[in-house]
Amino acid sequence: MQVPAHVEYERAVSVEHALSLLGRPETRVVAGGHSLIPMMKLRLAQPELLVDINGLAELAFIAKDGDQLRIGALARHADLLDSKVAGQHFPIFHDAERVVADPIVRLWGTVGGSLCQADPSEDLSAAFAAARATAVIKTPDGERTVPVREFHLGPYETVVGRGELLAEVRVPIRPGTGSAYEKVSRRVGDWSIAAAGAVLQLQDGIMKQAGIGLTAVGAEHFVAAEAEDYLRGRAADHDTFTRAADIAAEHCHPAADQRGPEDYKRHLVAELTLRALHRAAKRATAESTA
Amino acid sequence: MTIRIAMTVNGTEYARDVEPRLLLIHFLRDELGLTGSHWGCDTSNCGSCVVWLDAKPVKSCTLLAAMADGHAVRTVEGLEQDGKLDPVQQGFIECHGLQCGFCTPGMMMTARWLLDHHPDPDEAQIREAISGQICRCTGYENIVRSIRWAAEHNAEHKEQP
Repeated sequence: MQVPAHVEYERAVSVEHALSLLGRPETRVVAGGHSLIPMMKLRLAQPELLVDINGLAELAFIAKDGDQLRIGALARHADLLDSKVAGQHFPIFHDAERVVADPIVRLWGTVGGSLCQADPSEDLSAAFAAARATAVIKTPDGERTVPVREFHLGPYETVVGRGELLAEVRVPIRPGTGSAYEKVSRRVGDWSIAAAGAVLQLQDGIMKQAGIGLTAVGAEHFVAAEAEDYLRGRAADHDTFTRAADIAAEHCHPAADQRGPEDYKRHLVAELTLRALHRAAKRATAESTA
Repeated sequence: MTIRIAMTVNGTEYARDVEPRLLLIHFLRDELGLTGSHWGCDTSNCGSCVVWLDAKPVKSCTLLAAMADGHAVRTVEGLEQDGKLDPVQQGFIECHGLQCGFCTPGMMMTARWLLDHHPDPDEAQIREAISGQICRCTGYENIVRSIRWAAEHNAEHKEQP
């Protein structure tokens, strides 16, 4: 029987209350709990205090605000998957959410929790990195913003410090943009063996901006920066995509494990990046002619 | 150290002093004696512990009992109403939806939720809905048939007084 070690529990009634509770050392936020609580059972995490933020309805939103899509940290995976406005502007989030865990976990697990868990195999980190999203972190003095591409310090480690709380993620909406996410896993609901997300902004067939996120293959900040640099300013065609996909596969650092050897994972990165780029470009074209 | 928590389970109010680390599944089984919900993998993979928290199915092995404080929980014991089985339960009987029965409570709680939101699901929708749950007897075919049976008999069940 696996049970967590002794821990104290407080329920936050406001963001300010949560911040004051989080000022104490060895404190962790709990929302969905699907990662944290199993880690506590295994003593991989041993917080002294859990701060339950499930009551903070002000963090459970998904809305378009000018040229940004704003997603509250407490939005559930199922909320993002069901959100029409999110799907309209960023089909990449629907692609990714469809393959995050299973429907029951998605009903309770949160977007903010996924980012803060900082699991290298977690899908949303790469999707948000590809979309060049910004994390909004509440601090005792107010708030600060950090690009998602600088949010993760390494596996299970983020820039969110003591006394701070991830409150929302803001994604810039740019005209002529298409996006997609492609994942291969061993079975339904499992972590990625590898996955790739692409966000392309097209203008007259030329890539004005390109974002490529990679999951579970040791890409720094979940990003294929060299491939993005190659794409920017070039024509959105098959040869260009193929070359970019090869660059992405070359520059990531997959580790051999029970999910497969390194060369297989590199092969997946190239293939999934290529597919994501094609789908993203197709959707960008559809968007600009709509 | 214990804290006082109170919640409604299948319409009945319960209050207990519990350790904050107590998991909801153990609260239901050990504190309240509601052993219908099963405790399986401990990692939110197998789904045998699925219960409803308010109106949503959740995996109660990765939820603290304290997190359900002040909420309404529904377990498999709450499917039957006034001595009458829920169509989902009847479906599992009619279509042999269980062999060993370990996954059954979670399967039925998810099925009830699915039918409340999609009264006429096709096979793909049913399989998607239960994709976070594992039947180690691999009786999926009959589980899908059972849920279909329930969908087909849901309306007539509701019409009866």
